[in-house]
Amino acid sequence: MDSPQENGPLPSTPRLDCARIAGSKQFKHLLAVKRMFIIPALSFFLLSFMSFVMLVGYVPKLASIRVIGTVNLAYLFALFQFVLGWMIAGLYLIASENFDRLTKGVLAQTDLAKIDAPRGAGE
Amino acid sequence: MTISLAVFLAFVASTLGITYWAAKRSRGASAYFAAGRRITAWQNGFAVAGDFMSAASFLGLIGLIALQGFDGIFYAVGGFVGFVTILLVVAEPLRNSGKYTMGDVLAYRLQPRPVRALAALSTLTIATLYMIAQMVGAGVLVALLLAGSGIGYNTAVVGVGVLMMVYVVFGGMLATTWVQIIKAMLLLACTVVLTGLVLKHFHFHLLDFFGAASRIAYHQKGELVVKDFLQPGLHYRPPHGPLDLLSLSLIFAFGTAGLPHILVKFYTVPNARTARNSVVWAMIVIGSYYAMTTILGLGAAVLLGPDDIVAHSGTNMAGPRLAQVLGGDIFLGVVSAVAFATILAVVAGVMISASTSFAHDVWTNVIHHGVERSPRESVAVARIAAMAVGAAAVLIAVALGPGSNVLILATFGMAVAASANFPVLALSLYWRRFTTAGAIAGLTAGLAATLGLIVAGPNVMGIDPPGAISRHLIQARPWFPLENVGIVSVPLGFLAAIAGSLVSREPAAEAKVDELVVRANTGLGAERASG
Repeated sequence: MDSPQENGPLPSTPRLDCARIAGSKQFKHLLAVKRMFIIPALSFFLLSFMSFVMLVGYVPKLASIRVIGTVNLAYLFALFQFVLGWMIAGLYLIASENFDRLTKGVLAQTDLAKIDAPRGAGE
Repeated sequence: MTISLAVFLAFVASTLGITYWAAKRSRGASAYFAAGRRITAWQNGFAVAGDFMSAASFLGLIGLIALQGFDGIFYAVGGFVGFVTILLVVAEPLRNSGKYTMGDVLAYRLQPRPVRALAALSTLTIATLYMIAQMVGAGVLVALLLAGSGIGYNTAVVGVGVLMMVYVVFGGMLATTWVQIIKAMLLLACTVVLTGLVLKHFHFHLLDFFGAASRIAYHQKGELVVKDFLQPGLHYRPPHGPLDLLSLSLIFAFGTAGLPHILVKFYTVPNARTARNSVVWAMIVIGSYYAMTTILGLGAAVLLGPDDIVAHSGTNMAGPRLAQVLGGDIFLGVVSAVAFATILAVVAGVMISASTSFAHDVWTNVIHHGVERSPRESVAVARIAAMAVGAAAVLIAVALGPGSNVLILATFGMAVAASANFPVLALSLYWRRFTTAGAIAGLTAGLAATLGLIVAGPNVMGIDPPGAISRHLIQARPWFPLENVGIVSVPLGFLAAIAGSLVSREPAAEAKVDELVVRANTGLGAERASG
């Protein structure tokens, strides 16, 4: 059945509390920790993908060097993108355990969390 | 072909059963638009995969690799990379700060009416481009599936249109999700079997297989040539080839994270943690699928040969034809039915994202100034929108006819997503100074540049020699040299959004930043699961 909030506007948290949380040490720490993982991980992955593209596009001779039988550098580099993507996903899952723990800490410091903590958000 | 028909009808019957079950369970707007937010991580992972792996990824991709070798394989890699962006940048904050659409996130701190209207316009544009690709795929497939029965392309397109409207209109997101989960499993299973059959042909000696792929003989402009299909450069040749590839890679890196029908899937799960885990599930399914399609595409080049593909099956039918050669008519039937299921599932996903955007962004928030409509009314509006969008897509697909490679068509939709949607979504979540003017500039510039450059580019403009089979829409020299417009349109979308923000000030938007950041990162106040 409908929950009551469906018929009202988006449930909004009082601005004062958000400003307080946003300014808190724990929240700033959470953002910093997240940034420390996300920015390097995304940059590294995009850099790897772009160098794959550059290699294939601009240095096809190098990309066509055969490594195993007729399998060349370009094909291996292509498969490597999948492996790298999965590795980053795995590392992110591990790192996010810490994010979730920190998020729980941030929510615990607000009285608001007791009534409004989303189910499972910080588990 | 009776067996293929039987498999196909069995699939349609079971999906209609799911729709009936879902329709009985769906009560209220959250159930209809977001499956009650009760989908689990693995379920959503398979549903996202089923939503993303379209006719383009199966029919189009295998044909492209079989005809262009490594330059086609590039698309297989590209289809996967966007999910890293989704995982790290978009999925969790999106789940925490929105309700039904991408417009929710933009409207959180910006002026709701203009940004929602433009977000809906861009969503509907992407939906239409995507849908055309799926409809063309469905048409050519059914022509094969029902060969000899007199049912042609046009009837097939209308049939698919009616079926998908049934799913969306009656079942909503819950039915769509389950149709996508089942389809993803079927497609994955089919691909595993077909890959096994290709490798079995080489007694599972991988190096023999790749050896054969490095010596493909075929006719090019009347001359017999032998090419190494593992070598890049068969399609993307100088002078513009490398730049075109770079352009395409920008579309892939950011486009998936701006596709409305993928973004809405993250509202169907109960919380950010489930959204995150579901992206990882999707990456496992999609990555292994695309890795296998490289074998299938090269296998089609080796076992059928580009000459045979061009002569008999066309660029979109290399996969099903490979199945026929390796597994006989029965397997062809199964593969065709699964390919058809693939199209239905994607079309249903695209349709529901388009109709949700219309009902929620345009009807409720633009026309009725954000005064929440009753769940009954929003669902009714979404159903009518679904029927209108579906009818339009059917008409366009019939008008276009069975034409170019469906993967190329779908890439157009992704180019709009990368140039218009992704910049404003990312800036809205991560940049404090972002303003309504910036969002309007970014969405408008990204959308206009993408569509304009596609029309001015070699996909639409070109001079065909007399007697050519496929003709360009505009018979003139292309104004824009690249097939892929991302290298211009993606930076343009970002620059316009940034410039628009810098020349304007919006204290109201900046005042709400803290609230958005706190909510996006902690899930505080996020929409809960409901039944």
